[in-house]
Amino acid sequence: MPYLGSEDVVNDLKRALSNPHIQADRLRYRNVIHKVIRHMTQGVDVSSLFMEMVKASATVDIVQKKLVYLYMCTYAAHKPDLALLAINTLCKDCSDPNPMVRGLALRSMCNLRMPGIQEYIQQPILRGLRDKASYVRRVAVLGCAKINALQGDLEVDAAVVNELYSLLRDPDPIVLVNCLRALEEILKGEGGVVINKPIAHHLLNRMAELDHWGQSEVLTFLLRYKPRTEEEVFDILNILDSFLKSTHISVVMGATKLFLVLAKEFTDVQRDVLARLKVPLLAACTSESREMCFAALCHVREILRSFPGHFSSHYKKFFCSYNDPHYIKQQKMDILCELVNDDNVLNVLEELRVCCTDVSVQLAQTAIFAIGRIARTYSEKCVKILAGLLEFKQEHITSAVIQTFRDLVWLCPHCTSSVCLVLPGCDEIIQDNEGKQALIWLIGAHGELVPNAPYIVENFVDNIKTETSSLVKMELLTALVRLFLSRPAECQDTLGRLLYYCIEDETNMAVRDRGLFYYRVLFSGIEEVKKVLSSPTSDPSLGFLMDRTEQPINTWVSSFNTLAPLFGKKHCETPGTNTSQLNISCAVDHLLSVEPVLAMDSADLQDNSETFTLIRNVVITPELFEKKWITEDVICRLNTDWKEGVLPDTLQAFLQKMNIYTIAKSRAGTQPWKSYIYAQDDKENLFLAELIQDTDTSSLLMSVKASTGDEEALRIFISLLKSAVADILDLSR
Amino acid sequence: MISQLFILSSKGDLLINKNFRGPSSRPSVTDGLYLKLSSLPADQAPVVTEYDGCHFIHTRHRGLYFVTSISDSDSPFMYIDLLNRLASLIQDYCGDLSEAVVSLNFALIYELLDEVLDYGYVQTTSTEMLKNFIQSDPVVSKPFSLLDLSTVGLFGAETQQSKVAPSSASCRPVLSSRHQQGEHNEIFLDVIERMTVALGSNGSLLKADVQGELRLKTYFPNCPELRIGVSEEFCVGSSEVRGYGSAVRVDSCQFHESIKLDEFENCRILKVLPPQGELKIMQYQISDSLTTTLPFHLFSSLERDAASSRLRIYLKLRCDLSPKSQAINVRVQLPVPKGSSGLSQELSSPDQSAEFLPSAQSVIWNVPRICGGSQLSALLKVDVSGCLSVPSLMDLPPLNLSFQIPSFTSSGLQIRFLRLRGERPVPTHTWVRYLTQSDSYSVRLG
Repeated sequence: MPYLGSEDVVNDLKRALSNPHIQADRLRYRNVIHKVIRHMTQGVDVSSLFMEMVKASATVDIVQKKLVYLYMCTYAAHKPDLALLAINTLCKDCSDPNPMVRGLALRSMCNLRMPGIQEYIQQPILRGLRDKASYVRRVAVLGCAKINALQGDLEVDAAVVNELYSLLRDPDPIVLVNCLRALEEILKGEGGVVINKPIAHHLLNRMAELDHWGQSEVLTFLLRYKPRTEEEVFDILNILDSFLKSTHISVVMGATKLFLVLAKEFTDVQRDVLARLKVPLLAACTSESREMCFAALCHVREILRSFPGHFSSHYKKFFCSYNDPHYIKQQKMDILCELVNDDNVLNVLEELRVCCTDVSVQLAQTAIFAIGRIARTYSEKCVKILAGLLEFKQEHITSAVIQTFRDLVWLCPHCTSSVCLVLPGCDEIIQDNEGKQALIWLIGAHGELVPNAPYIVENFVDNIKTETSSLVKMELLTALVRLFLSRPAECQDTLGRLLYYCIEDETNMAVRDRGLFYYRVLFSGIEEVKKVLSSPTSDPSLGFLMDRTEQPINTWVSSFNTLAPLFGKKHCETPGTNTSQLNISCAVDHLLSVEPVLAMDSADLQDNSETFTLIRNVVITPELFEKKWITEDVICRLNTDWKEGVLPDTLQAFLQKMNIYTIAKSRAGTQPWKSYIYAQDDKENLFLAELIQDTDTSSLLMSVKASTGDEEALRIFISLLKSAVADILDLSR
Repeated sequence: MISQLFILSSKGDLLINKNFRGPSSRPSVTDGLYLKLSSLPADQAPVVTEYDGCHFIHTRHRGLYFVTSISDSDSPFMYIDLLNRLASLIQDYCGDLSEAVVSLNFALIYELLDEVLDYGYVQTTSTEMLKNFIQSDPVVSKPFSLLDLSTVGLFGAETQQSKVAPSSASCRPVLSSRHQQGEHNEIFLDVIERMTVALGSNGSLLKADVQGELRLKTYFPNCPELRIGVSEEFCVGSSEVRGYGSAVRVDSCQFHESIKLDEFENCRILKVLPPQGELKIMQYQISDSLTTTLPFHLFSSLERDAASSRLRIYLKLRCDLSPKSQAINVRVQLPVPKGSSGLSQELSSPDQSAEFLPSAQSVIWNVPRICGGSQLSALLKVDVSGCLSVPSLMDLPPLNLSFQIPSFTSSGLQIRFLRLRGERPVPTHTWVRYLTQSDSYSVRLG
């Protein structure tokens, strides 16, 4: 931001810089230059002083020289003609007997970033590469990268590249690392610096001389090297071993990643390394630097993806400290959910319960949702704690608890009765829309278990005029119609009033439409209403799916020790929603034309057998599915190709048209994506299948089970599945 | 690889700005980034921020933001470490770290950055190596004077002991000795322990963690080998047995790579060639198995005045240290129910104070000093509007203590000796200072 009156300031400075008295006095001269730099940092445009500053560079005072060079590097691009004046001084400095001056001049010259500078710096850099002072060589090596960046798309100078490769053998460790960095930049177009066997082994042998910054970077470069033999892998792992014990967490993490990558095929080695990482990673989790803690906690979560119980014995380390910042507390609570086991569940729940009453609303809700997640496994204990929280009658706590209950009842239907006992009274406390919706849904779905359900709903209906959220109103409509089915006498009057309000007074179209819809359905008789509203109120199979499966280590190794884990879930889950829409509509468009073909296919198959048809609208309960799935053995496993970018949802839509139905599936974008499907033919043979899709391997794994001995029917079912997949892939081409 | 690095003040002013890859960034980047960082409450700003297509990583030190932009395949650990190291380098060279220090010493800091990073790549960060290249002199805002040596103790504590290093003694630039020849050759060894404790409402220990470190600060150019003897009973891990007395047991410990450990196994001696500046010699962690007693116990009772809408809080703070030691800057933060407004207090001595913080919904009781073995009590009356139900007293979050205890280690670790090996004796001052501190010592209520 240019400051007011900056012109005067610049003029004053100009006058001072050209004042011979000041120039004669070293300290005063330096002070004026200080002022110039200070203004430059603050954003004042002091480029008009360039001429005077160039003059100031001709001095023996190194501090002054450094300041002037800093100034020149910033403004040279704006004043290339004037900057040329400075080249002379810089070139002279490049042959100064003092290596520090030589290095400084060379570095500044390379930083000038103006067109036409290359021809002046070529020679000094080449001389610098062979300088006897390592300080100058370090600067010169990076200078090569800088010139290359200035030249743009010009051809890579093979001589320089060779020179740099040979400098990898330089005795100075920093020159070595700089060479790698420079080569990486210069050869970017060709995929970066080549790490072949001699270079890799050379680097490994020099590792011990480097400082920890160099070690971290070299470890990243080594990721690129692919050893040929198993023996070599273990040789390298042996050398790396000592770096796992480094005191610098960045080196430890770098070494761990290299270990995991090199030992891709040896899961025991990977497991062993992660066990050794425990101590340093936990130390980083309790480090004084909060930022470091955060990064470490995010990586703990990555590891937990493969080994859910890895840190269970250290669960206390993840208890929140009083003054941890929010982002750390949130990570810790998420981690605690993963670490729960039979031994520590009581302590973990107690810790989370204390967080539920935190002053910060956001943290309190996170803690409550965390308890909700644990409740899927330890429902009884958690429901007790959550119900206890309701007694505090705090708005945000009650709302979060009710939302947790809604999700819990959906996943674990056996909690329903205990949840319904505590619902009365909550309606007076909850103020926010999400909480209200959750409460209304619970009452609508399980109203028969809540004694005063009609009165709670009546309260909401009485206050509907002041209700602003259309979502709450719609939820209320559905809930009340449902409640009406189970307790008609108590609800009739209220329902009438609500419908009247929605149809006559409501201005929101969606609510009004919903009201009209229910009105008409009710008009056509109670049986119709029951049919419409008979949707399930719980779905335990979803919990079966949401159980965290242990993912192989290799799924996250590539993002280990990068920024990706720090971004958390949001960043990773970016399914291409647009393409999925496109694919589905495209698939549906083609369905009509494909279906006869399919029929024909199956007709071909069924030459000698009787007709094979799958029954339309077969419904089986999730419980039945789960029971069957567990009892039956897998009859057939198929591995078919799958194209990346094709969304499995398309397949679902397609299969449904063929009377193969989905009972449960994971959300789009989840890795690996899973879905459970079933179908039944006219001879009561039930077919079950699991589809697993992993983008990494770009294949679709199908496991088919059947409660039948009819091999012929099974064969046809499998071929149907196969052809469906093939068709989908054809369509989305 | 770093493309930009800046230091922002707590108000978002740009103090230091360095572009390593040409002036590609518009000046608005820093403003926009600052807005993004500061729009969230102080403790919620994420470590990694995405802005304008770049990933920025930042750390905070004494209210300053150290920000750098890196590519997303870079190791976060390395660059967080680097920013932390930069902060301590500035502290080494300028003596202190604050907004004023940074803006006074900006030329020195630019010089440092120039040597530490070239083209966005780390060259070296060792204070010892850098000092050959750094030419600017630090500007110290307050001249360091030895006159106040005996009057001020560690971290502001006034102590009766005669030989105590001044608190500011280790807050001075490392390099000042170059210009003030004949200065003291001083070596400070600080044993600092951070406690994280959670106590149940009945006084039972729920969690106790200690993070300790040995920090060496050297103002002695070309220092000969230093031998540090730590307690002989020092054991690592749960199985090791040493000595006859109560062992000093730590769960794990890490040493700086320059430490020679050949005498550690037998005699518990660490050998080091101390470079000028600060060096973390050793770090150790203890969890759940403290050999010493906890320094504080706090008892509270909450009571509702039937007549008025007042909450009476009795607090009793007992310090279980030995009578010789004392804790300073004790601060008890007690949460109060929603809707609390005023506070009246009855404290046992005038130097204590209590205040009500509406923003944090809590009452703070400040005790500047408490001696070991003594007990303090306070009666606080809080006006609470609205009805007070029993559950709303139950749902208060834990209360928290923060304190510092000089000359005390919760682990019991002691430094037996600090010896310089040298042919001719050089006049040196060596100081060993102990400090146990905590900012998270929470006691659950109800």
